[in-house]
Amino acid sequence: MENAVNEGKQYIVVKIGIEQYGIDIKYIDNIVRVQNITRVPRAQHYFKGVINLRGEIIPVMSLRLKFGLEEDVISNATRIIIIKFDSQSAVGVIVDEVKEVVTLDENMIEKVTNSAVEDKNGYLSGIGKHNDSLVSLLNINGVIIEKEIV
Amino acid sequence: MDVSQYLDIFIDETKEHLQSLNQQLLILETEPENSETINEIFRAAHSLKGMAGTMGFKRMQRLTHDMENVFSEIRNGKMGVTAELVDVLFKGLDALEGYLSNIQASADEGTEDYEDIIEQLNNILNIGLGKEVKKEEAKGTVQAAGGTAAADTAGAAGNKYKELPLADYERNAIVKAQKMDIHAFGVTVYIQEYCILKAARAFLVFKALESMGDVIKSKPEVQDIEDEKFDLDFSVVLLTKDDIEKVKKTILNVSEIKEVYVEEISVSADEVPEEKGEAVHTEEVELRGNIQNKAVAQSSAKQQSSKPVVNRSVRVDIEKLDVLMNLVSELIIAKNGLVSMNISEKGTKSESSFNEQIEYLERVTTNLHESVMKVRMVPIESVLNRFPRMIRDLSKSLNKKMELYMTGEETELDRTVIDEIGDPLMHLLRNAADHGLESNEERLAKGKPEMGSIFLDAYQDGNNVVIEVRDDGAGINVEKVKKKAVEKGTITLEQAEVMSDKEVIDLLFRPSFSTAEIITDVSGRGVGLDVVKTKIEALGGDIEAKTKLGAGSNFIIRLPLTLAIIQALMVELGAEKYAIPLGSIQTIEDVLASDIKYVHSKEVINLRGNVIPLLRLNRILDVPGAKEDQENLIVVIISKGDRLAGLVVDNLIGQQEIVIKSIGKFINNNKIIGGATILGDGEVALILDVNTLV
Repeated sequence: MENAVNEGKQYIVVKIGIEQYGIDIKYIDNIVRVQNITRVPRAQHYFKGVINLRGEIIPVMSLRLKFGLEEDVISNATRIIIIKFDSQSAVGVIVDEVKEVVTLDENMIEKVTNSAVEDKNGYLSGIGKHNDSLVSLLNINGVIIEKEIV
Repeated sequence: MDVSQYLDIFIDETKEHLQSLNQQLLILETEPENSETINEIFRAAHSLKGMAGTMGFKRMQRLTHDMENVFSEIRNGKMGVTAELVDVLFKGLDALEGYLSNIQASADEGTEDYEDIIEQLNNILNIGLGKEVKKEEAKGTVQAAGGTAAADTAGAAGNKYKELPLADYERNAIVKAQKMDIHAFGVTVYIQEYCILKAARAFLVFKALESMGDVIKSKPEVQDIEDEKFDLDFSVVLLTKDDIEKVKKTILNVSEIKEVYVEEISVSADEVPEEKGEAVHTEEVELRGNIQNKAVAQSSAKQQSSKPVVNRSVRVDIEKLDVLMNLVSELIIAKNGLVSMNISEKGTKSESSFNEQIEYLERVTTNLHESVMKVRMVPIESVLNRFPRMIRDLSKSLNKKMELYMTGEETELDRTVIDEIGDPLMHLLRNAADHGLESNEERLAKGKPEMGSIFLDAYQDGNNVVIEVRDDGAGINVEKVKKKAVEKGTITLEQAEVMSDKEVIDLLFRPSFSTAEIITDVSGRGVGLDVVKTKIEALGGDIEAKTKLGAGSNFIIRLPLTLAIIQALMVELGAEKYAIPLGSIQTIEDVLASDIKYVHSKEVINLRGNVIPLLRLNRILDVPGAKEDQENLIVVIISKGDRLAGLVVDNLIGQQEIVIKSIGKFINNNKIIGGATILGDGEVALILDVNTLV
């Protein structure tokens, strides 16, 4: 693991479909196993519902549906990552698998340019290189706060 | 010495006094001869002045002082109450409110002097008393009398500063000061006997003195004065370049100072034993001066930093606290009951006593919850009582005769709601006064009483508190609204044709409709109504408008009574569980599928003469795998105001007390779901917001 001294940022690497995504660790409150999700009617299609996390109601969204992939298949490796922006608002995202925590230096992150990667929605904040593989770094604000325009 | 610790109290009490002044002035306007009211006003104004003075808010004090003068003359029967006078007095109250809000925000009264109001007050006073300049004279003589009185006592033992024992270094300092053309004054200050915060006064005097020069000696010591360890007087030696008069004036500027004696102290050089120590000693004096300056700087800095983030607090009736206390003790008893049972369980205790204890516990916790909620509840009166004044002002400025009738001021609402509801209500009242009511002539022409009426009624309705703002004005012209909406492109012509009146009126709450030109064209509604709606929805409530052309309009606000815990009916839809707040449930009916009728191809049932629309919840909520085509339907009849609707559910589970939790701001579901709750088994059930369904 690289030392954190040279301003590297820590990311949790998760798998969604065949791709690897990195989520900035500072947003992550918790990682829990999939539990009973209560469907919320008339919600945006990518919201699977809400869960009870130790007495707190937390909405859960599917990144797969958000990214236009096929429906989640819940397996033993599936996890819900609880993301917190402030003390008030938390949201859970479903991922296929949580792999590891990596530290990425500035110079290991390529900024996304519109021409290189198709990212019309601003879901990505960059591409990280780690052990010869690529990790798409999620722009959490873009992914979660963005309002569905119908 | 720091007065900021009293700031909260000051703000609270000032608010109360201002409120009572407002109310009493309104009464005075209609009953100018009511001596009780005048006395009440005078008392409030007087306390206000005293308090402002004590806290060192000079501008505020000055204004109240002048207002009090007027009240005093009215009270003495020397002048009558005129409309003009009341207007100016109201302006004065507004100015005081301005000061207060400044103080609340920054612990400082601000710099506005409101000279015009003060001048007007004095003019009225002079005219009212029928003597142009005499008042000035009177003031002069009073002062002169005070002066002579002061002079008299001065001869006696006023100049206590003479008793100050001066140490050698202090003499040295004085001598040196004199050489540098700096005066040394002995100052003795007497504070009024009735002064409550002597230390605060003294502090202000010190502050004033130190702004002019150095205080090198004081008796009692500064610390003692700050701790209020002195009688009514204290003496200091002041080194300053200013003259006697200035010093005197500065001190007298501080209120509640009875008398001040200032005299030059002359210490001849030969009185000083050793000249050589001078340098050292003056240094010491300077040092001391510095320290004091620093202390002042510190305390003023402290005042700055402890800016009043004036606490949001609720005044709680002591009785409510007693009830809480009792409930907590009962809770402990119940717990002890369970504990002792646990011990004796090994014996032969039956299960029934266990159930008994559980029931007891349940009762206590329910009551506890209710009581805690009640503590948060505040009568809506605190919001409403500023409206009569507002309507009065509007009546004058719009030149329409109108009267505000309010009922249900005692209706209680949660503190958070109370804080927010004022503005929307004000807006609605303004709308009613400005656009709802017709002009005097128009009213007469229509055969209505010239005096327009605006009603504000608050009352409790199930789990809601309803506030209605009604007027007997022209009402909303639906056709005109429609036309306008089409012109503006809000709706199409085809849409306009099929819209019901209610739907048209709902257009008024759309943001796009709040434009200025509509004020005059249509009956005037629409300005900022969307803002009102947003605000009320943010509080978990809703608003609707009813109108009858020519007879007036009615805006109905519905607010949730309590925010956290409610009684709810749990129902099943397919495999999902939902909670329906009990407060909005009217009845539960078994309906045969064959009894369903169709109106406008919508399902309705005829229930004891009422035609009630049926809502298939499982369709509205897209519940998967729900059963259709049953013979018997379970219908939960819900109500919102006088409108009813029947919700078709699959199964009833039962009544339950649920804790409302938010589902967060990310999920957007058209407000059908009001929140969620966690059931006993940890499962999440969603709470239906029936208000959006009806």
